[in-house]
Amino acid sequence: MYVAVKGGERAIDAAHAWLAEERRGDTAIAELSVAQIRAQLALAVNRVMAEGSLYDPDLAALAIKQARGDLIEAVFLIRAYRTTLPRFGASRPIDTAAMDLSRRISATFKDLPGGQILGPTFDYTHRLLDFALMAEGEAPMTPDRAAAPPESAPPEPAPHVTEMLNREGLIQTEAASDAVPPDLTREPMELPATRPLRLQALTRGDEGFVLSLAYSTQRGYGRTHAFVGELRIGAVAVEMDIPELGFAVQIGEVEVTECETVNQFIGSKTEPPQFTRGYGLVFGQTERKAISMSLVDRALRWKELGEDFVGVPAQDEEFVLMHADNVQATGFLEHIKLPHYVDFQSELELIRRLRAEALQLNEAAE
Amino acid sequence: MIPTPEITARREWMALLARTNPARLAALLPDLPTHATLRPPEIGTVMVQGRAGGTGAPFNLGEMSVTRCVLQLDTGEVGHAHVQGRDKAHATRAALLDAMMQTGAAAHLQAAVLGPLRAEEIARRSARAARAASTKVEFFTLVRGEDQ
Repeated sequence: MYVAVKGGERAIDAAHAWLAEERRGDTAIAELSVAQIRAQLALAVNRVMAEGSLYDPDLAALAIKQARGDLIEAVFLIRAYRTTLPRFGASRPIDTAAMDLSRRISATFKDLPGGQILGPTFDYTHRLLDFALMAEGEAPMTPDRAAAPPESAPPEPAPHVTEMLNREGLIQTEAASDAVPPDLTREPMELPATRPLRLQALTRGDEGFVLSLAYSTQRGYGRTHAFVGELRIGAVAVEMDIPELGFAVQIGEVEVTECETVNQFIGSKTEPPQFTRGYGLVFGQTERKAISMSLVDRALRWKELGEDFVGVPAQDEEFVLMHADNVQATGFLEHIKLPHYVDFQSELELIRRLRAEALQLNEAAE
Repeated sequence: MIPTPEITARREWMALLARTNPARLAALLPDLPTHATLRPPEIGTVMVQGRAGGTGAPFNLGEMSVTRCVLQLDTGEVGHAHVQGRDKAHATRAALLDAMMQTGAAAHLQAAVLGPLRAEEIARRSARAARAASTKVEFFTLVRGEDQ
C-alpha cells in the first residue's frame, strides 16, 4: 500500500527546477521549438497521438518536448490533458476507402486497381547512417522531384483489396452495423470484450507490447498465417452530425494508417474454408503498430471463428487487453518506488519476528 | 433525407473552413463584422470512429481536438463552426463567414475568400497526389533458378 507522506517540499521544488534545466540542456545549443518537433520528429508525434488517443500534432509535440523525449511520459501528459476537455460527441465512422493516399501497398496482389504507392517509406533503404544529416549549416538535401509526373491527374480510385476478395466470396464479410461502440475511456473495460472494444484497446495500446504479441503469433504462439492484404496511409475526412443544424459537417481531417491482413483459414466447426481478416487502424503514419494491431486482432478472434484456444498469450483477451496500456502499466509499475514506509515497516517486523522464532527453535533443538 | 442544394453548398463551405489553415483564412478575411455571441468559442474533443475491417462495426479510434462556436450577425443570420484544433480565432472567423454566406455578401465572399482557399487546397492535394504517384511501383515476379 502506498501511504501519503508529508514534508520534502523544498527538495521536490529543487528537483523540479533541476529537471527544467536538464530539459533545456546546454544553453549554448539552440532550443528546440515545438514546431520543429512537430515537423521533424513527426513519427514520434504520431506515436504520442495514437497512444495518447488525441489527434493534435501541436500538443503531442509539446508533450514530447516537456517529457524530454520520453514518449510514454508524453502519452501520459496527453491523456491527462484530454480529461480536462469536454467531449462534443462522436464522429461518423471514417471512410478509409476514400482516403487521400500517400502510401498504399499490397503483399498479396501485384497489380491492383489504383496501383502500389510506396510513399515516404524506410523500406528499401540501406539503414546506413546518413552523415549528411549531421552536416550543420548546409542546405538540406533537396529531394529529387524530377521523377514526379508534371501533370497532376486526379488519383485513380483505389478500392480496398479485401473488397475485391469479398466480391468472389473468398473472404469473411464484415457485418456492417451502426451500433454505438463501447468506450473504455468512459466505462471500465468488461470482459469478455466485443471486437470494437478490443480494437479501441489495441489502437491506443503500447506499440512495443502489441508488436511483441504480433511477433509471437508469427513465431508459432498461435499461428494465424497473415499476409498484408493492404497497408494504406493517408488523410481521411472526419464528419460529425451537428444536431442544431440537422446535418453532418466535416470538422477536419486526420492522417491514419490502416492495415488489413488476409489470413489463411481452413475452416472450423462453424465456418467454411475462406480467408479471414485482421484489422489495424491507427492515428498518424504508424505502420509497424497498424500491422501489429491487425495480427493481434486476428489472433483474438479465435472464438467467433470457431477456432481452438491453444493457450497462447495473443489469444488470451484478458492478458492482451489488461496489459496493453502503457500509462496504466507505468503507473502501477512505477508506484512501487514511491514511499511504502508503513507497509515495509510491517514487513520488517514480520521478518524480525519469524527470524527470532526460528532461531529460538534451533537453539531449543541443539 | 435528401439534402437541399442550400444545405449541400453550406456543408461544402463549412468543411472547407474547418480544414483550412487559420492564418490563411485570417489573411483573406482580416475584418470581422460586429456580432452577438450565442455560444462562445469552446475547445473540446470529438471521438473519431473507425469500422472493424474498414466496413464493419464502428469502434472508437481516439479523439481529436475541435473548437466550436455559434455567432449571430446584427442582421440576424446565425453562423456555426466546428473546426479542427484549438484555435478560437479560427472558429470565430469560420462561424462569421458561415453567417455572412447566408447574406447578400455571399457571391463576393465566394470569390474573395472561399474561391482562393478552395484553389489552394486543390493545388496542395494534387501536388501530394503527384508526389505519391511518383512512388508508384510495378513489381515483376521473376522465375527463380530452382523453378526451371
